[in-house]
Amino acid sequence: MVHVIETNQLTKSFGGLTAVDKLDITVESGEIFGFLGPNGAGKTTTINMLCTILKPTGGSAKVNGFDIVREAMQVRRSIGIVFQDPSIDDRLTGRENLYMHANLYGVPTSQQKDRIDKILKLVELEDRADDLMRTYSGGMRRRLELGRGLIHYPKVLFLDEPTVGLDPQTRDHIWTYIKELKEAHDITVVLTTHYMDEADRLSDRIGIIDHGKLVALDSPQKLKDTLEGDVITIKAAKIDELTALLSEKLGLTQSRIVDGTLEITVRGGQSLMPKVMEAATHSNFLVDSIQLREPNLEDVFLHYTGKNIRADGGKELHGFAAIQRRKIR
Amino acid sequence: MTELRGFYTLWLREVKRYLRDRTRIVSSFVQPALWLVVFGAGIGAALRGGFQIAGVNYQTLIFPGIVAQTLLFTAMFMGISVIWDREFGFLKEILVAPVSRFTLFLGKMIGDSTDALIQGVIVFAIALALGISFTFTAFLECLPLMLLITIGLVSLGLIIASFMGSLESFGAIQSFINLPLFFLSGALFPIAGTNTPQWLQVVARVNPLTYGVDALKTVILGAPYAPLQIQPLWVDIGIVGAFDLLMIAIGTWSFSKMK
Ligand SMILES: Nc1ncnc2c1ncn2[C@@H]1O[C@H](COP(=O)(O)OP(=O)(O)O)[C@@H](O)[C@H]1O
Ligand SMILES: [Mg+2]
Repeated sequence: MVHVIETNQLTKSFGGLTAVDKLDITVESGEIFGFLGPNGAGKTTTINMLCTILKPTGGSAKVNGFDIVREAMQVRRSIGIVFQDPSIDDRLTGRENLYMHANLYGVPTSQQKDRIDKILKLVELEDRADDLMRTYSGGMRRRLELGRGLIHYPKVLFLDEPTVGLDPQTRDHIWTYIKELKEAHDITVVLTTHYMDEADRLSDRIGIIDHGKLVALDSPQKLKDTLEGDVITIKAAKIDELTALLSEKLGLTQSRIVDGTLEITVRGGQSLMPKVMEAATHSNFLVDSIQLREPNLEDVFLHYTGKNIRADGGKELHGFAAIQRRKIR
Repeated sequence: MTELRGFYTLWLREVKRYLRDRTRIVSSFVQPALWLVVFGAGIGAALRGGFQIAGVNYQTLIFPGIVAQTLLFTAMFMGISVIWDREFGFLKEILVAPVSRFTLFLGKMIGDSTDALIQGVIVFAIALALGISFTFTAFLECLPLMLLITIGLVSLGLIIASFMGSLESFGAIQSFINLPLFFLSGALFPIAGTNTPQWLQVVARVNPLTYGVDALKTVILGAPYAPLQIQPLWVDIGIVGAFDLLMIAIGTWSFSKMK
């Protein structure tokens, strides 16, 4: 297999803070690589280094065979990116933003109109294409940015939380389109997302980072398998206290509360269930229901990072970007 | 080819943004008009009798200087667009584009210079309305001259902005650069005048804008200005051109450092 991306002890420090810490990852040609991690884990910083916006403070990396520092220009010729933060010119129309991108990225003039019309249709902005983008809603801006990233067909496409704030239906057909493009033009995709179902469904492999370090890297299925465990879900009153009790009495610390339901990752769930019930009734907790299920990617994430990905939204933004992004959420 | 298209598309962007900004275009009439009408006529009247320069009235005499002022203020203000682009995140989109930093800089710079040039032409329109006399040939000759002057100034604005973090700090720098450059350029009084203090003559000669103003005066005022000329026209052009090249080089460098 050919490594389209290869990092070697890649490191980035901001003053005292090490945002990316000696990262070693490889991304294979043609795959969709899911890059997951809690907020502030260093995903965006890594992507920014790979697309030559940030210079590493240590280590090195190659994208499409080119060194990200010494051959930055060739790297830029190989990539496309949808940034996490807004990056449009809102004094121009949607269509103008797309044409500007097509020109900057060397899309042949003869193909520009075709591709742009197609993209506008895909992101459902045909009827607003000639309005200034400052009149767009947050979701519309995001759709245009996403579409813009798909106009030129790069070797590697970075998508940094591309679908935040989009409805499931739109997400669905954008993903269908990306997969088609990927097949037709041999594009490799690096994706970060907060939607675990999305990551699970789409990614060929998933890398999880925490505090700038890689903590797991495998296919979604293998990651789930390595948990070697089950998830017990419990619905009950006074769920917080029950969580504390189970942690104290039975040492069940890998727990979280999702939508009022307690979820605990355990080994040997079959034999633990009765013990849980017993501990609960003994302390006079009323249990409505208790179930055992296979672990999903969210459990994997929790296992490796100790954090629940849904607990926090996107990263904090500052200045104008914050104002723009707030409109989306 | 990609570079050329990149240049064109960045140039077009700056010009479109400018032409869509109605308030800026309307307000661009106000400042030069105030200078020419109030300052030009007021000071001119106060000076009458004792201080007739080369037989040209004061309003006409400062007209080339006001053209230069407009170019200067507009050009420096354009630097804001870099900070603006950064704040709104658009800068990232062009920084990852497969286009050289030289092209990025040039596209933005020539785009902004085009806008400044339009502002300069507006000053000529105001002058015409006020009855300040200049020949049509002089106007045509001033077009390339204004572009030449503007290129160095816009570059300077972009360079400063590319090192600035915020709009506030950019505003502060403006007052440290705009006004000194303007007052020390001979826009409002003759540098080579017999009564001009020695120190002022020296300082003004270090100011690149002085030669821009000198060139504009030479072209617009014609023969009556000859005795006050600092340098022959071609020397002025040479100095301003050299300043432009220097600023373009530094500008390209500063864009390649930019994050
Ligand atoms: N320009 C910067 N200056 C200082 N710290 C930064 C900068 N960019 C990111 N960081 C810090 O680096 C860490 C990683 O951030 P980021 O890569 O955005 O995380 P993620 O995308 O995984 O949420 C965070 O602690 C963040 O505050
Ligand atoms: Mg991020």
